[in-house]
Amino acid sequence: MKAHGLVFKYGDNVDTDVIIPARYLNSSDPAELATHCMEDIDKDFVKNVKKGDVIVADKNFGCGSSREHAPIAIKAAGVSCVIAETFARIFYRNAINIGLPIIECPEASKGIEAGDEVEVDFDTGIIYNLTKGTQFTGQAFPEFMQKIIAAEGLINYINNK
Amino acid sequence: MGMTMTQKILAAHAGLTEVKAGQLIEADLDLVLGNDITSPVAIHEMDNKMDKKTVFNKDKIALVMDHFVPNKDIKSAEHCKCVRQFATKHDITNFFDVGQMGIEHALLPEKGLVVAGDVVIGADSHTCTYGALGAFSTGVGSTDMAAGMATGKAWFKVPSAIKVVLTGKPSKWICGKDVILHLIGRIGVDGALYKSLEFTGDGVANLSMDDRFTISNMAIEAGGKNGIFPVDEKTIEYIKEHSAREFKVYEADADAEYEQEITIDLSTLKSTVAFPHLPENTRTIDEVPEIAIDQVVIGSCTNGHIEDLRTAAEILKGRKVAKNVRAIIIPATQTIYLQAIEEGLVKTFIEAGAVVSTPTCGPCLGGYMGILAEGERCVSTTNRNFVGRMGHVTSEIYLASPAVAAASAVTGRISGPEEL
Repeated sequence: MKAHGLVFKYGDNVDTDVIIPARYLNSSDPAELATHCMEDIDKDFVKNVKKGDVIVADKNFGCGSSREHAPIAIKAAGVSCVIAETFARIFYRNAINIGLPIIECPEASKGIEAGDEVEVDFDTGIIYNLTKGTQFTGQAFPEFMQKIIAAEGLINYINNK
Repeated sequence: MGMTMTQKILAAHAGLTEVKAGQLIEADLDLVLGNDITSPVAIHEMDNKMDKKTVFNKDKIALVMDHFVPNKDIKSAEHCKCVRQFATKHDITNFFDVGQMGIEHALLPEKGLVVAGDVVIGADSHTCTYGALGAFSTGVGSTDMAAGMATGKAWFKVPSAIKVVLTGKPSKWICGKDVILHLIGRIGVDGALYKSLEFTGDGVANLSMDDRFTISNMAIEAGGKNGIFPVDEKTIEYIKEHSAREFKVYEADADAEYEQEITIDLSTLKSTVAFPHLPENTRTIDEVPEIAIDQVVIGSCTNGHIEDLRTAAEILKGRKVAKNVRAIIIPATQTIYLQAIEEGLVKTFIEAGAVVSTPTCGPCLGGYMGILAEGERCVSTTNRNFVGRMGHVTSEIYLASPAVAAASAVTGRISGPEEL
């Protein structure tokens, strides 16, 4: 499985309140949530994001509220992968549980800029920066999490058990 | 190598005699929690995607309608309706609707639903609050909640830990909020990422249960998986007063491994304020310049306890909220609300010019009941001061103790109680 798209780049501590502000949490509809994704940190995100695009951020991405609406909004906005130096733990869990691909890779978060074209090979964990001609290897998931990812989320994984 | 307190609780719930940091385990759950924002997503997952459509134990699920209730609009009313119908269908014992509800993390200990030694997950990041009772509790998302409701189990990566040694006795106006803001200021908002914060030391005895709830509550603001206190006489007294359930006391081994050790002398702490837009941007009150404010919020799962309201009332008694400042005070539960009425605190607040609301998370997350306009500033006893958290993206939140919040309400600028 591969992801391929242009990069939206953010800094440290992108919290789930800016990913999807609570004023929109009276909805749990993915398509509706997606229309407000990243609104309080990047009001043009929704206008510019295209299916397959990639979010790259620095440390502690997804900190704060446990709202699963955050990874749901990102996924429904068309984002194919989030790469960060580190993820906040609840976001990390939620992304895996709903089948939003994420990769921890400090080198990639430093070596990729906004607008770069990247390709991510989920089988090998290799991130290619096609714009700069560089590549990085993300941290591999433990086998247990790979099984959840392969099942496209926790519910399917439990159903299959 | 010995185990930390957290590791021992997790091992016991996974049927193992020993666990190590980094190990993946599946643990039995004593309680699964959800609220009116996160539960509808979990219910949808269960109803539409999960093969198993029944709950593992109707007594071990708590559904608390607290974020947008009494409902602020039609959509939030639909969410509560969805949870209400689910609770009826599955005969959920602990469904708390308007009239019985309170802010979940103040309500569950009060109702005796969490005791020492429990493992609890909740689809709310501040579920870590119950560490104050000597339980392992942590926030998860809605899918984990759905899986937990159906199976009674959850997977965990066993965390490593930071040992926080508390010594000394805090001075008059210093409370749990100052302790946790001080700690977050020292280690940062990801200083405890994926880890346990294990509090210990002689100073613990000088902290009330309400102080400990506040400290554990904000472990997540340092990125922590949980924040746990040892069980002492105060904990046992609290548990016995609120619950008939049996509890189990776990203690960290003497040779438990900690990644880091931090000592905080409580007697040296000053009132602490976290500046926008991260809880780690802390300054002591003497380092705060003159900052005029528009609003004060005293409440939330962090600081809506009876002690918090008593502190605020002590400061507001016989004084007035400054002109052009809105002071909003929110008792965390119905019981606390009633207690505040009986003790005359509500009278003090209203006479001072504050408003007192029914329990709700409302303003803390910018839901309703105190949204900030462009450029407005709020001193708040809540837990997060992120961009746009309480309203407009240019508004500012200064996190502080109830004492600082009440004093600021009187002066109209960020102030310590000593100033009055």
